[in-house]
Amino acid sequence: MEFTRKNRQLLSRIATNDRHGENSPYFDGWKAYDSNPFHPIHNPDGVIQMGLAENPLCFDLIEKWIRENPDASICTAEGLDKFKDIAIYQDYHGLREFREAVAKLMGRVGGNRVTFDPNRIVMSGGATGANETAIFCLADPGDAFLVPSPYYAGFARDLRWRTGVEIVPVHCKSSNNFRITRAALEEAYEKAQRSNINIKGVIITNPSNPLGTVLDKETLRSLVSFVTDKKIHLVSDEIYAATVFSSPRFISVAEVMQDMDCNRDLIHIIYSLSKDMGFPGFRVGIVYSFNDDVTNCARKMSSFGLVSSQTQFLLASMLSDDEFVGNFLRESSKRLAKRRHVFTKGLEEVGISTIKSNAGLFFWMDMRPLLKEQTTKAETELWRVIINKVKLNVSPGSSFHCSEPGWFRVCFANMDDKTVEVALDRIREFVLQGKEENNHEADKSQGRAQRWRKQNLRLSFSSSRLYDESLMSPHMISPHSPIPHSPLVRART
Amino acid sequence: MVAISKIATGNGHGEDSPYFDGWKAYETNPFHPIDRPDGVIQMGLAENQLCFNFIKKWVMEHPEASLCSAEGVNKFKETALFQDYHGMPEFREAVAKFMGKVRGGRVKFDPDRIVMSGGATGAHEMVAFCLADPGEAFLVPSPYYPGFDRDLRWRTGVELVPVVCESSNNFKITRAALEAAYEKAKEANLRVKGLLITNPSNPLGTILDRDTLKGIVKFINEKNIHLIGDEIYAATVFMEPEFVSISEIIEEVECNRDLIHIVYSLSKDMGFPGFRVGIVYSYNDAVVSCARKMSSFGLVSSQTQHLIATMLSDDDFVDSFIVESKEQLFKRHEYFTLSLSQVGIGSLKSNAGLFIWMDLRKLLKEKTFDAEMDLWRVIINEVKLNVSPGSSFHCDEPGWFRVCFANMDENTMEVALLRITTFMHKHNEAMAPRKLCRRASLKLSLSRRRDDFMSQNMMSPHSPIPQSPLVRART
Repeated sequence: MEFTRKNRQLLSRIATNDRHGENSPYFDGWKAYDSNPFHPIHNPDGVIQMGLAENPLCFDLIEKWIRENPDASICTAEGLDKFKDIAIYQDYHGLREFREAVAKLMGRVGGNRVTFDPNRIVMSGGATGANETAIFCLADPGDAFLVPSPYYAGFARDLRWRTGVEIVPVHCKSSNNFRITRAALEEAYEKAQRSNINIKGVIITNPSNPLGTVLDKETLRSLVSFVTDKKIHLVSDEIYAATVFSSPRFISVAEVMQDMDCNRDLIHIIYSLSKDMGFPGFRVGIVYSFNDDVTNCARKMSSFGLVSSQTQFLLASMLSDDEFVGNFLRESSKRLAKRRHVFTKGLEEVGISTIKSNAGLFFWMDMRPLLKEQTTKAETELWRVIINKVKLNVSPGSSFHCSEPGWFRVCFANMDDKTVEVALDRIREFVLQGKEENNHEADKSQGRAQRWRKQNLRLSFSSSRLYDESLMSPHMISPHSPIPHSPLVRART
Repeated sequence: MVAISKIATGNGHGEDSPYFDGWKAYETNPFHPIDRPDGVIQMGLAENQLCFNFIKKWVMEHPEASLCSAEGVNKFKETALFQDYHGMPEFREAVAKFMGKVRGGRVKFDPDRIVMSGGATGAHEMVAFCLADPGEAFLVPSPYYPGFDRDLRWRTGVELVPVVCESSNNFKITRAALEAAYEKAKEANLRVKGLLITNPSNPLGTILDRDTLKGIVKFINEKNIHLIGDEIYAATVFMEPEFVSISEIIEEVECNRDLIHIVYSLSKDMGFPGFRVGIVYSYNDAVVSCARKMSSFGLVSSQTQHLIATMLSDDDFVDSFIVESKEQLFKRHEYFTLSLSQVGIGSLKSNAGLFIWMDLRKLLKEKTFDAEMDLWRVIINEVKLNVSPGSSFHCDEPGWFRVCFANMDENTMEVALLRITTFMHKHNEAMAPRKLCRRASLKLSLSRRRDDFMSQNMMSPHSPIPQSPLVRART
């Protein structure tokens, strides 16, 4: 958005800066999808959306439960007598049954190795609001948080925009599967200290977005002891905890704390129902802190983004149903595993590898062999080809601040089985064509090679826009900001 | 000792206050007609509970408004997945239409300017983030809603400078008062970025007349500062004169529309504070765009968007509701104020809101805020009514109290009136020069604590002590 000088004077600095993260050359990806969205019948050649980390695989189970439990709604005959009480309920502690149900879910998702205290459950406006609230409680403007990369694109907005806090990335490398090493943390911390940047804490996402991997016990213990040593905070974003679909199991920081000497006042968890349950629209964010002062402060701040009491009521009921929850978690894992496996196999067949992952709604695809050169520019070019020619909207690693070009996050859960097949077919075709082109070129003379070059493997790039440090794609940030005619606004199927 | 933020360790949340007494008293001894007939009656909560039967009837007749009914469950999945921060088009259209109807159809609102927020609480904070930098200031006519101190200042770092309004002219917002506040800010080296008015007023229950509004628009236009109109009580105007919105005035007065913004909500007009439906409506495109991005931090639950969209799209329902609500509020207000006048208690003449601005100045031992606190403690501990003292609204004159009348049933109202009547009789007797009676009830207990005047129970969302009846109550 262009701001006139007048606007800059009239509005705040926050309103006129870029830290919301939406100005980006990556609008191209969304535009391509938006102006030509795939539909199996009406638009079979359209762009397939693989940039949205959504979990729609278990709605049949949810809908069945809804039908069988009309008293979970304040609008049905069975629930109407609760309508008034709920409609006027604005206590920022939140409905007790809601907090108890969420605490129970968090415990189950961690394999029941930890019991979560309902009195530490604080609401927020989705995980988006939860992350911002945590930062407001822990850091002052100008302070910074260490964030292992690659990391969720939305952090740039959630952690920094209105808080004035900075992000210092801790670059993780593919050579050791993007492990978060003590050495990397120490190095990033020392470097920040030398530049007079005040590090207030570390934010980890476990399971990881975009990697889809879980942190092992050793790494978690190392993180807890690192923050305890440095007397800084550890915020663990565990919103993908229940998307773990194969071993190793999910280990929460809460579990690791239990048998460690550490300062519990430094440990905070972010949770949400957007990924695990597939309810991003319901805006259920949770801040769970082991620090009483932070819990109290976050609770007061929750006034700015409480969960609708109507929604609290529904979820309290749903998540209190032990049998339903158990069955849901099992089925969800099963279906995610199956879907992931289809992609892993399909990609293997054409020689594309992905990071070995056991969680998340996406996989981290290795396209480095296809890059013209190992640069971000080449990654951007390849990305444009994938969008415009292969017609898949995937997310380039640079938007996750990955220090190595060539990686792409590909969401696999937000489509039906048929669309999965189409997507795989297109990938196969693209890779095989590319191989053919290369073979031909190797055999022919330069002149004729040039003729071939004009065809499929020619990477078209419509811009020589400089790589922007704050590369963000709207559709990778939740809640997202599609262009006005987003299919999400139109679609009613 | 672990270092957390300055925001977290300060008391900008506004809840440190001697007024905990009021809430504690209610909390430990809440009135219940059967279980606890001598308990404290809550008259500090500005809630609109008068039309729920009307609303529930509509809900019963429209199962498709719920995602959980047989008729609505086919929409469950797409709604649960819908997180577009533009908000559902049907929701925005329905809210825009409702806002227009509440203003008698005299203005049309553009659905594309409707931006969601976490209640009016979130809306105010969001507007402050968009319009002002830390250290800059908004002017706010006093007396004003205590929650503004938190909503506009806490995490934003923005300052508030009161525009002092006085009872001598019924708390009118005069040009002189505006200029005085503006100058005061300047002297304190505070850059004024805007003026926030609440119309209808909380706590006064009055509306701004056309001339005052025009004068305000002219003022902000001259100073090139923003005007934020908090109109969350718009539909609670229950009798003449008719409500005039800023949206109407800007059609009549020349001004820079980029300076005009409205905050709205369904918490008061519909009685749905739990649903967290806050709206920012700006005439400034850049603000709409920025606020929309910020709304990510406090979107309205899509489940609730769906319900509200269906409900407020029903023209017949909305038209009848607006009329019904006015009627109920009028009846309740009239009965309450009449009964009070019969025992010699006056209040500011009002035609809107869910409360009255009660005048107890003549009951003060002396014209000080300490005396006001003393009287307040008597009202809580002896009369057993939780009302809100004027000082917590930054009123510059002691002796005024905000008393809510729409958050209880008729029987409870009767009990409250009886207690007030009894208290006033005792007081009147005590005032008569008879030595024997001096020992009687007018001895005011003095546990003085003078501080930042905020009251827990006057802020929404409120923070009752853990065993709040709101958590317990299921009737």
